[in-house]
Parts: sequence; C-alpha cells; structure tokens
Amino acid sequence: MSLFNLFGDSEKKKQPTKSEAPSHWVKCPSCQSLMYYKEIEKQNHVCPKCGFHLRIGVKERLALIADEGSFVEFDANLRPVDPINFVDKKSYAARVEEGYAKNGTYSSVVSGECTINSVPAQLVVFDFNFMGGSLGSVEGEKIVRAVNRALEKRQGLIIVSASGGARMQESTFSLMQMSKTSAALAKLSDAKLPYISLLTDPTMGGVSASFATLGDIIIAEPGALVGFAGQRVIKQTIGSDLPEGFQRAEFLLEKGSIDMIVERSELKETLSDMLKLLLP
Amino acid sequence: MATYLDFEQNIRQIQEEIISAEVRYDHHAVEILKQDLAKEVEKTYSNLSPYQELQLARHADRPYALDYINLLLDKKYEIHGDRHFRDDLSIICYLGTIGEERVMVIGEQKGRGTKNKLKRNFGMPHPEGYRKALRAAKMAEKFNIPVLMLIDTPGAYPGLGAEERNQSEAIARNLLELSNLNTITVSVVIGEGGSGGALAIGVADRLAMMRYSVFSVISPEGCSAILWNDPSKVEAATKALKITSSDLKELDLIDDVVDEPLIGAHRDKEGAAIALKTYFMNSVNELKTLSDAERLEKRYNRLVGMGRFSE
Ligand SMILES: [Zn+2]
Repeated sequence: MSLFNLFGDSEKKKQPTKSEAPSHWVKCPSCQSLMYYKEIEKQNHVCPKCGFHLRIGVKERLALIADEGSFVEFDANLRPVDPINFVDKKSYAARVEEGYAKNGTYSSVVSGECTINSVPAQLVVFDFNFMGGSLGSVEGEKIVRAVNRALEKRQGLIIVSASGGARMQESTFSLMQMSKTSAALAKLSDAKLPYISLLTDPTMGGVSASFATLGDIIIAEPGALVGFAGQRVIKQTIGSDLPEGFQRAEFLLEKGSIDMIVERSELKETLSDMLKLLLP
Repeated sequence: MATYLDFEQNIRQIQEEIISAEVRYDHHAVEILKQDLAKEVEKTYSNLSPYQELQLARHADRPYALDYINLLLDKKYEIHGDRHFRDDLSIICYLGTIGEERVMVIGEQKGRGTKNKLKRNFGMPHPEGYRKALRAAKMAEKFNIPVLMLIDTPGAYPGLGAEERNQSEAIARNLLELSNLNTITVSVVIGEGGSGGALAIGVADRLAMMRYSVFSVISPEGCSAILWNDPSKVEAATKALKITSSDLKELDLIDDVVDEPLIGAHRDKEGAAIALKTYFMNSVNELKTLSDAERLEKRYNRLVGMGRFSE
C-alpha cells in the first residue's frame, strides 16, 4: 500500500550514526528490518518495509484515535488487590509495583470518553506493557463501567485489545472477568448500542475468548496475532509446525472471524464512520 | 479394575479385607472392618491437600457427565450436532426428565479407555461443541425447560481446526448468551473445570462444584511452567491458584459445594448422583419462586459483581 512507497525511500537514506544510541533503533518483529525510531514514530509505528503494525502504548493509541484533547479518563483510581495472596517466584503485589514503575499505571486498561472526528464514544484501551495486558478484576470492572456509561449516554463503545489473556495471579477472579464483561456487553447489545472491537497484536486467551470477539464490528490491525490458544501450546498438542500466517489478522479475515483489517492511517476515519453508520 | 491413588492405599486394603470377609461369611469381621473403613475414610479425606483434591477431580474412576445422565434422568434422548459443522462428542446434550421435571442436560464428556478417550477428545471441545451446547440451551429457553450444565474438561481444545473455526468466539458467544438466557440454569463442576473451556458452560443462575472438583484459570501444570518456569512446581501452583471447591466457596466465586460423599464420587457413584440430583432439584424449585425478571437480574448482578479491587 501507499505507506510502503511513501516511507520506503526515506528509510533507505537513513543510516545509523555513532551518536545515536542503539535504543533509537527498533527491529521489525515481522520482517526483521532495522528502523530509526523517530522515523517510525511519525508513521504511526508501522513498519515501512512490510507494513507490520508494531505494538504501541496507550498514549500513542489515544493520539491515533481520539480528537486532540478530547479524551477524559475515568476510573483511574481503581487498583488491583491481591485476592488470593498469590506468590510464584515473586508476589503479585511486587509484580503490580513493577508494572507501575515501568508504566505509571496500576492497570493494563485505560478507559474513558472521547470524541472521534466529533463523534462521542466510550473508549477502552489495553496496554500490553502492564503485565502483558492481562485481564484482572480492575480491567474487567473498567470495561463494565464503560459499558454502563455508554448505556447512560447512549454512546457506542470501542475496546482496543492487546493482551496475553487472563491474569494468572488473580486465578479464578480473573477467569470470571470473561463472563462479567460478556454479560455487560449483552446489555449493550440489547440497548442496540454499537460495540466495535479492535484487535491489535497480540489478543489471546481469555481476552480473545470474551469481549474481544463479541464486537458488532471486529477490526484487526495488519499482522496482529489473535487466537484462543497460544502457538506453543498448539504446536505441542498437534506435534507439528503451524502453517505460515496462522492466527494472524489476514488468516482470521480469510476464515471469516473478523470483519476487516484496517491500517493505522485509516483507523480513525473507519471508527468514526462505523459509529455514525450504526448509531445515526 | 478400580484405580487407587497413593493416599488411598489404606482404604484399598480395608476394602479388600471386607471382600474376603464377605466371602467367608464372617459377618462379625465385616462389621468391624466397615467401622475401620469409615474411620479411615474420615481420616484420609478430611485432610486432603489441594494437590490430592486435584488428583481426585481427575480420578480415572470418577463419574463422567454420561454416568450422571444415566443415573439421574428417567426419560432421555440425546440430541446431536451444531447444525453447521459436525457433532462434537466431547460435549453431550440430553433432553429428558427427572421425575416430573423436564430437563436439558449439557455436559462435557471425557472417555474411559484409549478408544473412548480419543472419541471424546479427552473432554476437550472444539468450537462446534460449544455451539451445540448453545443450540441446546436456546432450545431449552424456547420451551422453558430448566438446564443442568455439567463441567468436566481440561480445557477447550488447542488445535488448528479449533482456531480456524474460531474457538474464541464460540466460548465468548456462550458467555454472552448464557448470561441472559431466559430459563432456569444450574452449572456444576463435576470434575475438572479447565479455564474458558469450562466457563463456556458455567454461566448460570447457580454455579456449584462437587466436593472433589477443581475450577481454574489455567492448569496447575501450565501455571508452574509459565510462572515458576519449572514444570515440577505443580503442587505449589495447585495450592497457590486456590482451585478447590472449599477455596472457591470461601472466596465467594461459586454459589455452593455439592455434598458429594466424603469417600468420593469415584467410590460411591450412586451417592454422588443423589447429591447432584438433590442439589439440582432444590435449586430449580428455589429459582422457580422468582419471576423471570428477578431471576435474570439476580444472575446479572452476580456475574458483574465478580472481582476484587480497591478504589
Ligand atoms: Zn517489517
């Protein structure tokens, strides 16, 4: 697509200089090519060589989707507790603090209200950087409250998923977030309010097997890994290698599991169009 | 041949002695041995570790869904297939009666012996299994029939076809649809409650567990491999995950523990079936006192009330 040509040339001209630290360079996880960070940042973190959509944080995602300055966060005060005093090699409490130190939040979800090309919507964004975007009690509660706000204000809901799945440290509490969020979405559906699910790399396990696959419209980013079971587990179970492109967005589209694959450059318009089409 | 776990060896010995005393017509010895057995059962099963309970939940002689269906239902007809792809034999659906009550039973079914294990895919459903379950549940809703769901799976099947046919969506759809299915629903974990694959038939007015069943977000084996990076830490993971019926009742994540005989369903199938039947019938009768709207609201509030956090 256009992105390849637009940025392919400038990429070639860029060569690393000694003054630039290695962290200024990122490697595309898909095609392995090396890219200058500042350059790829300008291109919405899309690989200019292969079009792979690299993982981005909440700040970048909001800048991409929400009208500038329109996002108001809700429920930022929700904090995880350690309901079963879980300790593996580290305690859950320590892992949460590590996540906070790394990310500045106590949750893998940021939720709130914004406008998207002037269309108001409830927006929930997962952050893979906080404990692998895992689904715990706080995340489930934030989603239910976003659904409730959408019901009150008669708005659409967008959830941007990026998650390894359930948060093991909360054990069955985490598992129950799957039914909790799905039950809330049933209410949203009964009220005929649109829910758009955006699947980004990666969306797996308990997140994939609950709200992420329940969208009226399901959009995936190019190349995103989406599935129920992890690839390692499947490989072990079937005892052979997986086919090329298995569980990638393009595979899902071909199998009829998602509605569309949308590039970041088109994302905002697609989302606001969908909201307008489904909730005129 | 009955299977005995390590911690059941004393019970095995006494049971064998009872059999030989019965052969000798030594009624006196039988009486004494039976008292000994009761004491031994009390001693062994009152202090089980979570890992021992996990072993019981997976015990080869533990009744499976079909065993309960045969013991519980008076009239019964199996209904097959998701109407789209195929009949997944790791989920079974039976329409029938328990006494005067009509019932739809949906169960995850493991197999006994190599041939049956393969036929039942070790109790690991594909998407079409969950879709069959939903079809049966929707039919029950249409004709106002109470639903009994029996959970017993290591997890939803992780395979190529399962992913191609959207395992995620099949599970998610059940979670959503069962959350407001307008008929009486009761789910009981009878053995292994493995993650989303179990929860897919675990959304109901009441969620209960048999005494020696487990319910977990991930298998203790998987958890020890991932979080401990050491597959040998299964016992520690089992304990840490809090997966036993008593733990989950204490955490208020399930509604009830079904009063399975202390010696275990694997030694007393009939006793376990009676306990399950009593629980189900009592639940149905209690739930019948609520209006549809009341019952659905109660179910919804229970579902969205799950989770612990601070604010
Ligand atoms: Zn690339």
